[in-house]
Amino acid sequence: MANQDHSTPSIRELDSQIDRMDKRIQDIGDPITPADVVQLQQLKRDREELLHLCANPTPVDRVYLARHPGRPGVVDYVGHLFTDFFEQRGDRLYREDPSIYGGIAMFDHHPVTVIGTRKGKTLQENLACHFGMPCPEGYRKARRLMHQAEKFKRPIITFVDTAGAYPGKEAEENGQGEAIARNLAEMSQLRVPIIAVFTGEGGSGGALALGVANHLIMLENAIYSILSPEGFASILWKDPSRSDEACSVMKLTAQDLYDLKVADEIVKEPLGGAHRDPDAVYHALRTAIRDNLKTLSRLSGNELVNRRVAKFRAYGIVDTKKS
Amino acid sequence: MSSNPFQKRREEIFNLKALRERRSITTMPDAIPIQQRTTICPQCGHALTLDELEANLHVCRCGYHFPIGSHYRLQLTMDPGTIREIAKGVKPFDWLHFPGYPEKLKAQRKKSGSTEGVSAVRGKIGGYPVVVAAMDTRFFMGSMGSAVGERITQAIELAEHKKWPLILFCASGGARMQEGIISLMQMAKTSAAMERLSRKGILSVIVLTHPTTGGVTASFAMLGDITLAEPGALIGFAGPRVIEQTIGEKLPEGFQRAEFQQEHGFVDQIVPRRDMRKTLIQILRLHSRS
Repeated sequence: MANQDHSTPSIRELDSQIDRMDKRIQDIGDPITPADVVQLQQLKRDREELLHLCANPTPVDRVYLARHPGRPGVVDYVGHLFTDFFEQRGDRLYREDPSIYGGIAMFDHHPVTVIGTRKGKTLQENLACHFGMPCPEGYRKARRLMHQAEKFKRPIITFVDTAGAYPGKEAEENGQGEAIARNLAEMSQLRVPIIAVFTGEGGSGGALALGVANHLIMLENAIYSILSPEGFASILWKDPSRSDEACSVMKLTAQDLYDLKVADEIVKEPLGGAHRDPDAVYHALRTAIRDNLKTLSRLSGNELVNRRVAKFRAYGIVDTKKS
Repeated sequence: MSSNPFQKRREEIFNLKALRERRSITTMPDAIPIQQRTTICPQCGHALTLDELEANLHVCRCGYHFPIGSHYRLQLTMDPGTIREIAKGVKPFDWLHFPGYPEKLKAQRKKSGSTEGVSAVRGKIGGYPVVVAAMDTRFFMGSMGSAVGERITQAIELAEHKKWPLILFCASGGARMQEGIISLMQMAKTSAAMERLSRKGILSVIVLTHPTTGGVTASFAMLGDITLAEPGALIGFAGPRVIEQTIGEKLPEGFQRAEFQQEHGFVDQIVPRRDMRKTLIQILRLHSRS
């Protein structure tokens, strides 16, 4: 990947410039005077130019895009990729955790189980969802839904967009570690196809708890890392403000993860990020999920388990061919 | 086993490592004769001499359990003359070309005398054949990178293959940052291996020692049939500092300690170091099929 020129503005700046332009385009609305028409054309050309400047995001840019509040979330994906969604709530043990959104839905006329982390769109939702950081109850709900999927032979599709598991007092009291560990262990043995789609942030064990899949798809600007760049900088250098530096050494972009064989597939995003044209993302994802479900559905339960376990078994084994 | 000269030599090396670990606890300068060096208990402030420490298995009078090295831990736990290291050749690897990581590894090796943050062995406890792995916080805070994950996984797989009980002494600051996502994947790898072991009907005993946090707590450390803990051990997923920042208040005394985890249902028994071997033998006896 070519390093971008230092004179190019960051995507954060470009993004707000494009937003301002969109605002002006909207203000003009239907052009009446010829002057308006000219201005509108000029604006649209400028916008296009700005979008093209977004073509080579740095890791820092991608972290910005992965966290963009306008980015589609699990509720959007469920609404646009599936039909007949029936939401299921609660872990049957303690509580309902809205930061995990899940249920049964139709995909291409076949029932599937869909589970994803939810950040929420309004402040009220944000707070209820801990900004997308699940509690143990959430992970236990996800596990309940996955076991049901296995029982009724439904493929599982997960959507991951979380900074990590919620680091709260109550979450610790209720066994955050145990909840994640159980998911990792039991997901590995589920006899149905599992596809994980990383749509935004993929932070730490909290993301992995929905990520033990046969096939892992990452959106082009999604990230997946051992910890948030801020947390990483704070642990390693005792300085969370060095997060930009962390972004560049952590190898957290979709391309990095593809190279490390953690991601199996990258789905392209429109210029400027998924929030600039969500429909294009829905379309590309629909195709990717359809193709992979077709391939995975041909495998037996045993093969699905064996391949999934073998995939994770291979991480961290040094290739004996010394280069 | 000890009739084999190679095994005898291995055993000697193992015991030398354990001896070194027993004595490396003090941070006092080398100029002071070893028997005169003391270590301050972080809990009660009492100064312990090396003799006192060794006589009490590195436990202070106040009950504080000092973290100990993996070889020393295994020596305390297992039948003498039966220990045989496994997965020793598994070495850490710089997957991300992380700046300064190889140099850091070298420094850690020199400082601790170990090659990674865990040692795995097979051998016997009270005559029962077992596979045991002990983590070591003196090496990179016992953090789990690819080599720690691989050694633990190989230990789990050996237990599965031999149908011997598995005992894991956990002690870790969490996943190793410098190996990034590959460290994270070790959580899934070890957890999947634990699940397979469990489905084969083989016993696993987890011993949580101070501290067990982060990615280790969110994987194999919480997947045993029986979970023991050393008194006062810090056990949790998120670190106390992160939680305090999140909720904006101070955490109560004893939060995330072994006793707290037992109260909340995650630990079967809290076992002082002095009774650990006895307790493990009891558990093995209760699971023996004869």
